[in-house]
Amino acid sequence: MRRLARVSERVEETPSTVTLRFDDTTEASPGQFVMVWVPGVDEIPMSLSYTGPSKGITVKVMGETSRRIQSIGVGTVLGLRGPYGNRFDLSPRRILVVGGGSGAAVLAPAAEAAIQRGADVAVALGATTEAELLFADRFRAMGAVVHLATDDGSLGQPGYVTQAVDGLLGHQEFDAVWSCGPEVMMRKVIASADARAVPVFCSVERWMKCGLGLCDACALGRWHVCIDGPVFPGKELMEAPGFGEFFRDASGRRRPYRPSPTPGPPTAPS
Amino acid sequence: MADLRVELAGIPLRNPFLLASGVWGESGDSLRGAWDAGAGGVITKSIGSAPRPGYPNPTVETLDRWGFLNAMGLPNPGIEEYPQEIAIARSAGALVIGSVFGPDADEFAALAEKIAATGVAAIELNLSCPHAEGFGTEVGSEPEAVEEITRAVVRRVKVPVIAKLTPNTHDIAALGAAAERGGAAAVSAINTVRGLSIDLGLRRPTLSHGLGGLSGPAIRPVGLACVWQLYRRLKIPIVGVGGIMTADDAIEYLLAGARAVEVGTAVAFEGIGVFGSLVRETDRRLHELGAARWIDLVGAAHRADGAAAAPA
Repeated sequence: MRRLARVSERVEETPSTVTLRFDDTTEASPGQFVMVWVPGVDEIPMSLSYTGPSKGITVKVMGETSRRIQSIGVGTVLGLRGPYGNRFDLSPRRILVVGGGSGAAVLAPAAEAAIQRGADVAVALGATTEAELLFADRFRAMGAVVHLATDDGSLGQPGYVTQAVDGLLGHQEFDAVWSCGPEVMMRKVIASADARAVPVFCSVERWMKCGLGLCDACALGRWHVCIDGPVFPGKELMEAPGFGEFFRDASGRRRPYRPSPTPGPPTAPS
Repeated sequence: MADLRVELAGIPLRNPFLLASGVWGESGDSLRGAWDAGAGGVITKSIGSAPRPGYPNPTVETLDRWGFLNAMGLPNPGIEEYPQEIAIARSAGALVIGSVFGPDADEFAALAEKIAATGVAAIELNLSCPHAEGFGTEVGSEPEAVEEITRAVVRRVKVPVIAKLTPNTHDIAALGAAAERGGAAAVSAINTVRGLSIDLGLRRPTLSHGLGGLSGPAIRPVGLACVWQLYRRLKIPIVGVGGIMTADDAIEYLLAGARAVEVGTAVAFEGIGVFGSLVRETDRRLHELGAARWIDLVGAAHRADGAAAAPA
């Protein structure tokens, strides 16, 4: 059911990313998302970046709607539905977490919960540039070993995070890989891990309207991201028509993921 | 084993359960998924002449178990791009019915011609979407407009034309009669019932558009009454829509006069597997009710002596 929550804190995480915190005692697990309604603006699906009683969403500027949501201040009332969708399976003992850009938002609470259960977590975090690396300190503080990569080489390994992932998978044993980021990046992560028979679970973003498995906006092959995801096994994603190739816009038109002009994976929608 | 096969306006259906327009109909893979789950046919999202993003969210409000209030605003990829989705569904063997909407008879006819070219088995006219300014209610609630649009479409296409009727009128049978005069092969009833919900804390409607359309169990008695009235007035077959969640709900529509039914909201409540369970349960229930064939009970409640003995 819909409920209201008041924004209690606003944190500028990177130049393009803002976290909004709000009290909401509804039970939620890492990987799940909520439909966040900013009255008069829009209602959008957001993976939870904090899943406890003080919840949080971490919003990256993508377009007009995300810009307006980022600009709301402490005290603003939000409408909430959910949490919806599935969650990360927290049972693996040795986990490699691969985040691209704002994808780290959904991975951080999952890594936290896994570490609390005794897992060893290594994190490969990629961004266009140093200032855009999201939650690097948060991952370190929870006890993860953090490897950084930036497209421009301003910090960590220069180039795509997928190169760092190849290196880590070659030198260490992992029971699972968790990833969230641009779909082209996730395709590479799945391929790398698959070659070493490590199962991959990816959190996928698609345009979403109802969040209830009704409207078909988030159709991805035979799946609907809202009810079958947002966390999918890599093998299933590789078989889904369109994964890493196109998304559907608000009208349902197929839109290709644009190749980015500079190094760095293509950008996701919304 | 009861026989669930039914012929609707010349189209042989393997069972009477059609995926309602607007649900799971944006992508070809989803249409295929509904067909693979056991639907007797799948109806596309309503397609217009140009891509339309629809209204901003919130576009759907959940009303406990009564159903949903929605104002999507007719989002669709447009007739130029949509045929590739129909092709995906048809390549999997799905029986596809194309739904179209437009502001006037000319546009309806042009759209119908284009969607007919994709090989759909029939065309459903969305005359009654109550939440798209300039469309929907304006055309669908006027018998003259319903007749004119239906006639224009029927002249342009060879496949059967089904007119989907709005319940937001004082006399749905008059709308059905207008569609019949225009040459419709069948009517479907009902589209969503106009509704509203308001958030108390925010003191504003929960849908961005304000008014929406109600679907689900709450509207089943309304749909049944409309089918009942249409059955008394029309010669052409009726497709029943509105709040069908179980086999008994479907059989109730059948007894009121529906030859086939559409299922929408139940897909969100029960998952796409609802088609398989509706088929299995209807088979069992018809058998219990002493009917060998679905079609034997079309409109049976209108016959005073009853068409079949009913032990259960």
